[in-house]
Amino acid sequence: MTRAETAMQRDRAVTIFEKGQAGRRAFSPPPLDVPERPLDELIPPRLRRSEPARLPEVSEPELVRHYVRVSRRNFDLDTGFYPLGSCTMKHNPRLHERVAGLSGHARLHPLQDPQRAQGALELMWNLERALAEIAGLPYVSLQPSAGSHGELAGVLLTRAYHEDRGAPRRTVLTPDTAHGTNPATVTMAGYDVVKVGTNAAGGVDLDDLRAKADEDTACLMLTNPNTLGLFDANIEEIVRIVHDVGATAYYDGANLNAVMGISRPGDMGFDIVHFNLHKSFTQPHGGGGPGAGPIAVSERIAPYLPRPVIVRHGGDRSNGSGREFDLDYERPKSIGRLRGFQGNYGCFVRAYAYIRSLGASGLRDASEVAVLNANYLLARLRQLGVCDLLPPAYDRICMHEFALTGAPMKSELGIRTLDLAKRLLDHGYHPPTVYFPLLVDEALLIEPTETETKETLDGFAEVIAEILREAREDPEVARNAPYTTPVRRLDEAGAAKKPVLRQPLG
Amino acid sequence: MAEASYPPELLYHPEHDWARIEGDVATFGITWHAQDALGDIVYFDAPAIGAQLSQNEPYTEVESVKAVSDVYAPLSGEVVEVNDRLAENPELVNEDPYGEGWMVKIRIADAGEAEGLLERDAYVAALDG
Amino acid sequence: MTRYTAVTDTDRSAMLEAIGVASVGELFAEIPDAVRRSAPLDLPEGLGEAEVYAELRALAARNTSVEDEVSFLGAGMYDHYVPAVIDMLMARSEFLTPYTPYQPEISQGGLQVMFEYQTAICELTGMDVSNASVYEGPSALAAAAYLAKLTNGRKRFVISRAVHPHARETLTTLCAGYEMSVTEVPLADGVTDLVAWSEAIEDDVSAVFFSQPNYLGAVEDPAPLIAAAREHGALSVCSADPLTLGILEAPGRLGVDVCVGEGQTLGNRLDFGGPSFGFFAARDEHVRRMPGRIAGETVDVDGRRGFVLTLQTREQHIRREKATSNICTAQALNALAGVVYLSWLGRHGLVELGELLVQRTAYARDTLAAIDGVAALHDQPAIREFALSLGVGDLEAVRRVIARCAAEHVNPGHPLAIDYPEYPDGLLVAITEQRSRAEIDLLADVLGRAVAAERSGAPAPRRGGEAR
Repeated sequence: MTRAETAMQRDRAVTIFEKGQAGRRAFSPPPLDVPERPLDELIPPRLRRSEPARLPEVSEPELVRHYVRVSRRNFDLDTGFYPLGSCTMKHNPRLHERVAGLSGHARLHPLQDPQRAQGALELMWNLERALAEIAGLPYVSLQPSAGSHGELAGVLLTRAYHEDRGAPRRTVLTPDTAHGTNPATVTMAGYDVVKVGTNAAGGVDLDDLRAKADEDTACLMLTNPNTLGLFDANIEEIVRIVHDVGATAYYDGANLNAVMGISRPGDMGFDIVHFNLHKSFTQPHGGGGPGAGPIAVSERIAPYLPRPVIVRHGGDRSNGSGREFDLDYERPKSIGRLRGFQGNYGCFVRAYAYIRSLGASGLRDASEVAVLNANYLLARLRQLGVCDLLPPAYDRICMHEFALTGAPMKSELGIRTLDLAKRLLDHGYHPPTVYFPLLVDEALLIEPTETETKETLDGFAEVIAEILREAREDPEVARNAPYTTPVRRLDEAGAAKKPVLRQPLG
Repeated sequence: MAEASYPPELLYHPEHDWARIEGDVATFGITWHAQDALGDIVYFDAPAIGAQLSQNEPYTEVESVKAVSDVYAPLSGEVVEVNDRLAENPELVNEDPYGEGWMVKIRIADAGEAEGLLERDAYVAALDG
Repeated sequence: MTRYTAVTDTDRSAMLEAIGVASVGELFAEIPDAVRRSAPLDLPEGLGEAEVYAELRALAARNTSVEDEVSFLGAGMYDHYVPAVIDMLMARSEFLTPYTPYQPEISQGGLQVMFEYQTAICELTGMDVSNASVYEGPSALAAAAYLAKLTNGRKRFVISRAVHPHARETLTTLCAGYEMSVTEVPLADGVTDLVAWSEAIEDDVSAVFFSQPNYLGAVEDPAPLIAAAREHGALSVCSADPLTLGILEAPGRLGVDVCVGEGQTLGNRLDFGGPSFGFFAARDEHVRRMPGRIAGETVDVDGRRGFVLTLQTREQHIRREKATSNICTAQALNALAGVVYLSWLGRHGLVELGELLVQRTAYARDTLAAIDGVAALHDQPAIREFALSLGVGDLEAVRRVIARCAAEHVNPGHPLAIDYPEYPDGLLVAITEQRSRAEIDLLADVLGRAVAAERSGAPAPRRGGEAR
């Protein structure tokens, strides 16, 4: 199949470092309004830069046009459906950008005297209380910068808890379905990973868990619903087994979007939970961040929380006493800081606006519709015969996402999950997550989210059916897809063998 | 990429490694199956000359774009030579896994360990099983 | 139905029928009764967009931002001007709303930005390779520590006490897991005490950490700090302020192994401390132990230039428990702001801005040190921040001085004794290009009177100034 090059494809990538001319500029410096002294007197020459950084030299119009054109080589959530499993690509309300941009939030210095940052601290306090309620756990730290940072906080809290009791432990249990961040976190926190198997229903293998949970076990890290999109109905027993050996239970909140207001990790017995504000609470993903990964913990873990902790003093703010909300650094058992300042406050503003917009029933509605949409999409795929070639890895009611296996498609049509994903690009869809979870052969993990309409789901299901019909006639079409994107399949092996990681400059 | 092949003169390790024994020196590499499962090899982390390898233990890693695989020692011994060409041309492992894609040569520590390795037919049977 | 969902009653009926269940509740039947709620969450009910805006605006109004006073606060985050093009570009859906570029064919925009960002960071720092961002400055330093641990397996870090206190504490927190000991080296005359530094470094040291400029605003002399590390085979890590690197020698040229830092000064707003980004750059030999995403250049099947995430076998989604870091989501949008800012500033602008900061800072330091009782805490070279001793005794007195200034809508800076009790009446003052000579003169006047009042024992104002 050959096609004419599109206009976007003809427009070859040129970096900002290859644009501009010596002498052009977008910046005009403020005037030197103080008496000038010789620079050599102020900064000794031997400490000074010997050769200038070869930054671009462009005018503002060139700069704007460059980045606008570059931006158009991205697919984005406002343009089309983005059912990327495990990533919760829900709509990002623009109200959140507006409120986060208010100068009282955006231009507030992190070291402003708390007395003069009461609005920010109150917002953080309120967000903490809301997250605590959603988690079903009493104490929250907003500090971690992303989910994996929250995980690291959680495992370090576990370490501090066991050490404080004089009984350090060595291992952390993670299911074989876990996100890669779980085992990576365990190693960074100085523990060894012990993998737990998956049972025929897609949940934790209880016998394997019983065999592996022992006095060396510091913690179990679990996602529920798990990365297959399945709620583990044995959850109470799982937590009981873990608690019986004195370990903590850690809830990876990556999939919280399925159960907000419906089931709470704290009620399931978990000790520590992290939230991904960029998933369930719709902080825009930004092409790979920023996010935020607050944690909620039980009473016994609370003394070790990262510092500072936000506290609320008694007292009426109207009486002029000043500090109703404050930052408390006097936390002798705290694991300490995980980063600078108080966390990704801009993300807190957005998440708080979202929680205030939705309220209790709206959050529950979000999860209900997320689960309804996922099950409906699966049902549509079934009706269209897609599941004959792409059956669910576990044939159950799913939660907010579901995993299909492309193994039959591969053997019958000769196309792989990767080919299906690449062909979807030509139809204007972001593909689902592919090749994860690892234990599903030719995996396709689909998470539609609650903000998509039924029409969008119908359209997506029909396109998948169409791609399979096309592949039955001529599998080469999918194998060589995409055709219409700014670039076509890229030589990733070449990129890894001889890495070019920066623009060479003359 | 080469067609599937498993030369009869080699000995095989169940972790998809092969050994060619010539006197007290053995050459190691990974099998056709192993390179096929990984896809395009992009990086081989060569062990140091003089490193001591232990049978059944990983001695290095080989990487494709989206996977990392441990490489196991079929026999114990001291590394006497490594295939320097793989640093620049890791694709040799795909193109010629039993020839130019060899990985290390060792001085065999215990010839008796070869007893524990598989003949070609047994290895192929295990793959098909 | 909320304003962000779209399932009508008609839709719901059709969808449930297709699924083959009678109600939405049935979809949750797998959740055991004991952990399934029927009661609503104890949260207020939802609000309309205008009401939410009003509430968030009211909270914002109770903060005193840098627009509400003349602020000389710094100590890690600075009120530099953020050009309008950054607001405009960061708000574009194409940059704001996608995720990590897992599908490179439709993510060339984000990948090219990462590639350009990496180039800019390498140019600034003089390092060979940069990743596509980490969370922020202090955790970037801790990430460099983990790289050192993976590199040489030694069990001790040495860090200058002149490194930002948040970074020192973050290092201690995050290396507790892998059981490193941390030796802190004191300051002498505002910079890292070179004698103590050299004595602290022995053959068991995995890496050493210093900051340029340091927390007190002083420019360090990195060469001997690095040489001492090299003598014992330890890695050297510099935490640099990127906006000073138009003036100061690139750490890479001085031979550091890893250069990290806080990226807020590059086009990111204050946001009460985040999100910003951390940068992470290293020498070539460390590239396979680097954390996080890295973009690389390649070609597509037709030979077109393109970009992909590369060297991914380092990362958690592939190497899992053996990964070089657990980081997944980082700060791509903030790093975009960083490279746009550096392009906006440009090759000459970076130097010109740096020179302006040096001149204004020198003027401010001289002017403020001339206040009766006030003295410079050190006379080391400074770029845009310096430390004073206010001559008022202790931290509480400094706080009262700050409160007096605040009542006149001037924020004179950050009290040093919070983190450095050895400077009981120290004040850290930051000068950005947004602080004019007139504002520096205003500070001198206001601070002068506040210090004089404190020294004369006049009663302090009951509380700080409200926002204007």
